Amino acid sequence: MRLNRKSPYFVLCVILLAVLAVLFIFPLYWIVTGSVKDKAEILVKAGQSVQWFPLSPTAANYEKLLHTQVNWKGLLGAVRVPAAVKWLFNSVFISVMAMALSCVTASLAGYALAKKQFSGKKLVFTLFVCAMALPKQVILIPLVTLSKTLGLSESLWSVIFPVVGWPFGVFLMKQFSETIPSSLLEAARIDGAGELRTFWDVVLPIIKPGIGALAIFTFISAWNEYPLQLVMLHKTEVKTIALGIAGLQAEMSTDYGLIMAGAALGAIPIILIFLIFQKYFTQGITMGSVKG
Amino acid sequence: MANPAAAKSRVVRRRETAVSYLFLLPALAIFVCFVVTPMLMGFFTSFTDSHLGGMKFVAFANYIRLFKDPKFLRSAWNTVLIVLVSVPAVTAFSLWVGASIYRMRSGVRSFFRCIFYLPVVTGSVAVVVVWKWMFNTYNGLFNYVGVSAGLMDRGIDWLGSPRLAIWCILIILFTTSIGQPIVLYVAALGNVDVSLVEAAEVDGATDFQTFWKIKWPSIMPTTLYVVVITSINSFQCFALIQLLTSGGPNYHTSTVMYLLYETAFKTYQYGYADAMGVILALVIALFSALQFRVMNGGTTE
Repeated sequence: MRLNRKSPYFVLCVILLAVLAVLFIFPLYWIVTGSVKDKAEILVKAGQSVQWFPLSPTAANYEKLLHTQVNWKGLLGAVRVPAAVKWLFNSVFISVMAMALSCVTASLAGYALAKKQFSGKKLVFTLFVCAMALPKQVILIPLVTLSKTLGLSESLWSVIFPVVGWPFGVFLMKQFSETIPSSLLEAARIDGAGELRTFWDVVLPIIKPGIGALAIFTFISAWNEYPLQLVMLHKTEVKTIALGIAGLQAEMSTDYGLIMAGAALGAIPIILIFLIFQKYFTQGITMGSVKG
Repeated sequence: MANPAAAKSRVVRRRETAVSYLFLLPALAIFVCFVVTPMLMGFFTSFTDSHLGGMKFVAFANYIRLFKDPKFLRSAWNTVLIVLVSVPAVTAFSLWVGASIYRMRSGVRSFFRCIFYLPVVTGSVAVVVVWKWMFNTYNGLFNYVGVSAGLMDRGIDWLGSPRLAIWCILIILFTTSIGQPIVLYVAALGNVDVSLVEAAEVDGATDFQTFWKIKWPSIMPTTLYVVVITSINSFQCFALIQLLTSGGPNYHTSTVMYLLYETAFKTYQYGYADAMGVILALVIALFSALQFRVMNGGTTE
């Protein structure tokens, strides 16, 4: 490319971007360092010096965070575990289940919408489009009533199903399925492959990158679906890590070390997952939008 | 049927339809149960006085009450303010970042894209708790830096100030909103027809001219899309407010979505809250309609 990398404007941009990058990363840095500071180090008082780096890192905040225990009724009877561990497990459970269900349902539906001719197709598609056009959060109140009716009160499934039902995944997989050459499907049919066989052997390998994108996208959005979790889950043992941190902040508003330890526990796993699968994620965002 | 071929094709078609619906069934079932049903429930409840004790039909009473409710009017104004400030800021900033990084080496590009996306991934709760600490009057970093640098005499009560609190929310909203637009802009700028850009450069166009005359028009669909998703997200702004200020002081940071939550889950006036939801949905639907027009325009290449 014929761009002048030495131009003053370019240099200015790079400097500005670097400064902004530091500012953007700072809250995260402040969470992690705050979580390992002791009571004296964490204070930020006018006239005194601020501990920008934790000079003597301590695990005390994490120990305190793990101190509160809850009952975990599993297959092997009830055990006592730290509440924070249960919250983390609940978040993982919600994200994994939402991810798995979304990938299965959306890839099947997306393929049908992209590659099959059937009566009512237009109606189904319009229904999905109209729902996408409406804000997710306005259905919070009726969802609470609905999950009570369905016996899902205080159940992690009351958070999983609405995430899976949101039609974004179907759209994304429809986009990816459009790239399947119809000749391949025709060839499979002539070879006598059944519908499921065709889906498994021909369609799946082609839409695999799409499934990767949808998987990571759903995982992260389910993890961060705070408003839904807030209205659905109240008991300590069904809380997610996000609700757990919010609870800590409400109850112990000045114990910053403890709150930051909770925030670190909630943020680090999801950031690692994002960094590992970043490639698919970027693809998902761009495919789910317009082709500019 | 007299025509056996037509009859056969009808059978084939019917079979294809049955198979298609089997493929659609799992997605459609969950969608109808957990998205369509609650939408219809919300719509119908908005015409009742539904509360903990029961409900009766009240026609448009909730809607009439909305437009006389000072809390709602203030929340509506705050929502509009948030949209009006955040949409241009997010769009312009992410375009600038996108335009600056898309021509860098791929490693550097990914690095910046990743940094600006991190606040989105981190999740509103973890982001808000650390910002709330930084904004704190007595233990916050902003007041510490401000006082130490001599910018202010004593600490400011950022979140307790009717004037400043909403700007604190706007700053956090900004940091959690630019990630996706940057990704979109980097992708869109990477797809701009290189031959057009080169032709312009051969003709002696400056970088600035190339940008406005060639790149800007070709990323227009992305810009519209960014404007629409940012508007929708800003209209729904809720988690930040619930965690940071609970709408305070005195509803100066309350938005329609926050008031809806408070009305439904603190005072249990479901019918009234659903009416707010319907109004919010109508406004957002207008923006979304625009989005899908843009999307369809963009994909029919």
